[in-house]
Amino acid sequence: MSLIEISNAVMTGDHARVGELTRRLIADGTDPKTILDDGLIAGMNVIGERFRVHEIFLPEVLLAAKAMYAGMDLLKPLLIRDGIPSIGKVVIGSVRGDLHDIGKNLVGIMLKGAGFDVIDLGHDVSPERFVRTAQTENAVVIGMSALLTTTMPVMREVVDLVRAEGLDERISTIVGGAPVTEAFAKDIGADAYGFDAAKAVVVVKDLMGRP
Amino acid sequence: MVGDGAMGTLLFERGLKPGEAPEAATLSHRYVLVEITAAYVAAGADLVETNTFGASPLKLALSGLEERLVTLNVEAVRIAREVAGSRAYVIGSCGPSGRLLEPYGDTEAVAVYDSFQAQVAVLADEGVDGIFVETMTDLGEAKLAVTAVKDTWPEMPVAALMTFDPTPRGFFTIMGVSVEAAAEALADAGADAVGSNCGNGIEHMIEIAAEFRRHTDLPLVIQPNAGLPRTTNGKIVYDETPEFMAERARELVRHDVSVIGGCCGTTPEHIAAVRKVVDGG
Repeated sequence: MSLIEISNAVMTGDHARVGELTRRLIADGTDPKTILDDGLIAGMNVIGERFRVHEIFLPEVLLAAKAMYAGMDLLKPLLIRDGIPSIGKVVIGSVRGDLHDIGKNLVGIMLKGAGFDVIDLGHDVSPERFVRTAQTENAVVIGMSALLTTTMPVMREVVDLVRAEGLDERISTIVGGAPVTEAFAKDIGADAYGFDAAKAVVVVKDLMGRP
Repeated sequence: MVGDGAMGTLLFERGLKPGEAPEAATLSHRYVLVEITAAYVAAGADLVETNTFGASPLKLALSGLEERLVTLNVEAVRIAREVAGSRAYVIGSCGPSGRLLEPYGDTEAVAVYDSFQAQVAVLADEGVDGIFVETMTDLGEAKLAVTAVKDTWPEMPVAALMTFDPTPRGFFTIMGVSVEAAAEALADAGADAVGSNCGNGIEHMIEIAAEFRRHTDLPLVIQPNAGLPRTTNGKIVYDETPEFMAERARELVRHDVSVIGGCCGTTPEHIAAVRKVVDGG
């Protein structure tokens, strides 16, 4: 019962209730991974789908994310204690020269909501920083965002650097942002293209299936 | 009236580096700004917007330029006035603060209000003829901007423009604001004109204008992009030509739009073509 209540509280952005219910379930001995998957992530998945079909917009997603984080903050130490790995580690950022980050932030929220470990490098991120961080953190995906057509070429540099460092078997690259297209992603040799934050989650999950 | 066209995209074309704030070009590329402004006046624009879109204290802080608030706004107005002379109105451009309001974001309403007020204080002092609050996606922020103008400068004409995306359910901003909601709230906040800029080529803007007209009698300001940007062979291309835009501008005139200008990707050629159509060509 309470797991559904947690999902609902995430969906309505009620971070106080999410915190309260999560504490209660932890105290009752519910498995932290179950609370995460069937409570928090389940709620965020519904939000993601509603957002994808334009039923809700950014404010609702951001509020739901805040509520989800309220629960995740409580679960994190327990998940670490129990040695529960995340689905995978993803490094995201807006490329060098680009200050826009709402889209990237949304992708981060959706990926966390889907169970990924997200390292958000912020904006104006150099190719070196993307690759270095992915290496040291053992991330398997690098996600790049750009809103300016003038900064898109940096994405090519990141893909090239991953290849030059011999990391392209280990690390997949995905690109997105308003001016970015599937054609552009193919042209620069990126492994995938994310049309929007909701699609990005589907695509990143697909990429995880790769060796 | 015919507005001016894009500034940012032309600045990037003429040497502004990716990552540099376009507002900084007022000081670092002054001659380019003069050139672009002059080209719009020559093309027949009835108004020119100052290169101050991102020159509010909150937005400037994102590029570490907040101490240049006064210089950037003053110089931008001066350049516009010098070039426009008596041939065109000088309109102060005020874009989003770059912050998200509570509760979904971390910024208090009063901080956003103060930021707009601080920028408008400089613009008003330097003598702009009006203010365009533009490229807004958050209704709360847009209302704060309009009231920040009207509270202190009740006689200053202000137009509030929002950026919409087409969805199967109609036009909404990324924050979920419909055209109807925008029209009502912004009129209520005291805007003298409402409308839309950016995000769309002219065809969607015609639909947006029609939707605005259904919900308000206020004058409308519409500034389409020259289509959506596309990269080809490393170059950035906007597909909607001056002829394409001008031809469809007739529809905007039919919808009783008061100011037809241009946003990203538009050029003096676009404005000249629109001028011809507006003049009855």
